[in-house]
Amino acid sequence: MIEIKNISKIYKTGDVETKALKDISFSIDDGEFVAIMGPSGSGKSTLMHILGCLDAATSGQYFFDGKDVSKFSDDELADIRKEKIGFVFQSFNLLPRTTVLRNVILPLIYANFPREKREEIARNSLLSAGLDEARFNHLSNQLSGGEMQRVAIARALVNDPAIIFADEPTGNLDSKTGELVMETFRKLNKEGRTIVLITHEKYIAENAKRKISIRDGEIIEDIINHH
Amino acid sequence: MFISDLFEETYFAISANKTRSGLTILGIVIGIGSVIAMISIGQGASGQIQSSIEGLGSNLLTIMPGVVQPGRGIVSSGRGAAETLKNEDIEVLRSIAGVAYISPELQRRFQIVSPAGNNTNSTIIGATAEYPLVKNVSVEQGSFILENQLRSMSRVAVLGPTVAKDLFADSDPIGKTIRINKVNFKVIGVLQAKGGAGFFNPDDIVLVPLTTMQKILAGADFLSTIAISVQEKNLMSQVQDEAVVALSVKHRVDPQNPDFSILSQADILGALTQITDTFTIFLAAVAGISLIVGGIGIMNMMMTTVTERTREIGLRKAIGAKRLDISLQFLAEAVMLTFLGGAVGIILGAGLAYGVTFFTGMATKISLFSIILAFSVSAGIGIAFGYWPAQKAAKLNPIEALRYE
Ligand SMILES: Nc1ncnc2c1ncn2[C@@H]1O[C@H](COP(=O)(O)OP(=O)(O)OP(=O)(O)O)[C@@H](O)[C@H]1O
Ligand SMILES: [Mg+2]
Repeated sequence: MIEIKNISKIYKTGDVETKALKDISFSIDDGEFVAIMGPSGSGKSTLMHILGCLDAATSGQYFFDGKDVSKFSDDELADIRKEKIGFVFQSFNLLPRTTVLRNVILPLIYANFPREKREEIARNSLLSAGLDEARFNHLSNQLSGGEMQRVAIARALVNDPAIIFADEPTGNLDSKTGELVMETFRKLNKEGRTIVLITHEKYIAENAKRKISIRDGEIIEDIINHH
Repeated sequence: MFISDLFEETYFAISANKTRSGLTILGIVIGIGSVIAMISIGQGASGQIQSSIEGLGSNLLTIMPGVVQPGRGIVSSGRGAAETLKNEDIEVLRSIAGVAYISPELQRRFQIVSPAGNNTNSTIIGATAEYPLVKNVSVEQGSFILENQLRSMSRVAVLGPTVAKDLFADSDPIGKTIRINKVNFKVIGVLQAKGGAGFFNPDDIVLVPLTTMQKILAGADFLSTIAISVQEKNLMSQVQDEAVVALSVKHRVDPQNPDFSILSQADILGALTQITDTFTIFLAAVAGISLIVGGIGIMNMMMTTVTERTREIGLRKAIGAKRLDISLQFLAEAVMLTFLGGAVGIILGAGLAYGVTFFTGMATKISLFSIILAFSVSAGIGIAFGYWPAQKAAKLNPIEALRYE
């Protein structure tokens, strides 16, 4: 499903160059459940942004469903994002001063989804992400961190994407609700969706079928979990 | 993205931040409102000056002794300085074809005292029975000076409404005796109010028979002005030319260099146009400045809005919005805000203009031109500076936009 070849990402801040990713290559097949681990600053989020077609690599190639998206235009990437990809940001990135429901409906608007069905789909998505119905009409900035996390997950799910990227989806949750969210991801994976998530915690990574560890922008381990 | 979604998004975005939207609208309202109010005051004032000059009398020619210097407008000929206009001139003028009425006048300022001892200083005009026909005035109470009163040099007076009020307050002046320059006069009428023309008050006069004025009050046999009303507007210049020739012959002077001047309303208007032009330029400058200030306000608001919302643009792009979706949304927002502000601004500007008329009595005229000008400038600025930075932000990739500070 996705394949990256010799991907590098260099950030330039003034004269300082940060090599966030150094010549990384790997591929992920349809239906896989991959956990990416690594210490803070190792380049996990940077990698996810490139995989999620949100940012461009400095060099290297990226094949999505066999197509070289590193050569795609801005608008072509937008099409892939809205049709194939669900993305859960580490910092949620919800629209402030806007209701929970509206936040989840937003991707459906850009996907030209029929108006009548939007709300129902958004509600289902929120329920499956484990958010209490009483919160649906709250403004996004009136939620707790854990609730925002679930809204962000619901928004990623709402478009029925083939692949979901989640940047520390359980980072703000206690272990009980964290387990609930992981249950959601396991269920989605069973339905055939590809899941890629970043985590710091070993017990979360145990849920995944495959574990990629990176440090200083390089892959140091890529193993299959045997349950 | 459907069109209905575009409008819905725009509505949500505007209502989600009421303060920001409110301030943007306020900038537009002030810009448009002040321009419309300014221009309406300017145009109203010029219109009023014009109409009050036309109200002085229809198809009026005014003959004055001495020379009115071209380029300097009407120069006071100095009372008594030129005593070239005489009663005999009237007969000469009457023989000119196209002349309807002639009003010879002699004007002085005298002290007037009422029976109750109130006194005032006013312009006394010695006039004939034709005066009301030439000068467009009518009598509100009593009657005007009659032919027989002229022949008998009657000591009768017709008061302008301002003088009547000064001398008699609210009591009826008809039949009362007043003293003009220590001579007793009987009040026979009061004129209808004409309203101030801004430069002189046509209501602050007293009319007495011309003969009485010349023989008893002034002791002079000349005239200060001769006003002629012409039958038709298109005969004006012809009558004016013939009057110059006829009077020059009578006065035995060179028609190229006569000892009198004839002014038409057009001449007076021309002189006053200098004044109204200056006034209009001044107001246009003020309006222009408010438009610039308003425009900068709108620009500022729009730019900060978009900068503030670059993160939002990044987020929208991350979940699938294309450049066009973003551009259209911000364009729709800018259009909506400027149109809302524009509508309120037009109402405010019109309201201000009406307020000025209501409280000061100054005429105002709201012109379509000022509305179009103010609206298109503010809308143009609002839309340009709402759209252009959004367009720039839409070109960033989602992560760059989300990181934007
Ligand atoms: N926009 C940027 N400009 C400059 N340097 C950046 C930028 N984004 C990330 N970096 C740097 O790149 C490196 C990798 O950052 P990244 O966010 O990918 O780390 P991470 O593995 O996600 O860390 P964490 O677990 O704390 O989220 C870091 O050293 C970071 O400082
Ligand atoms: Mg990170």
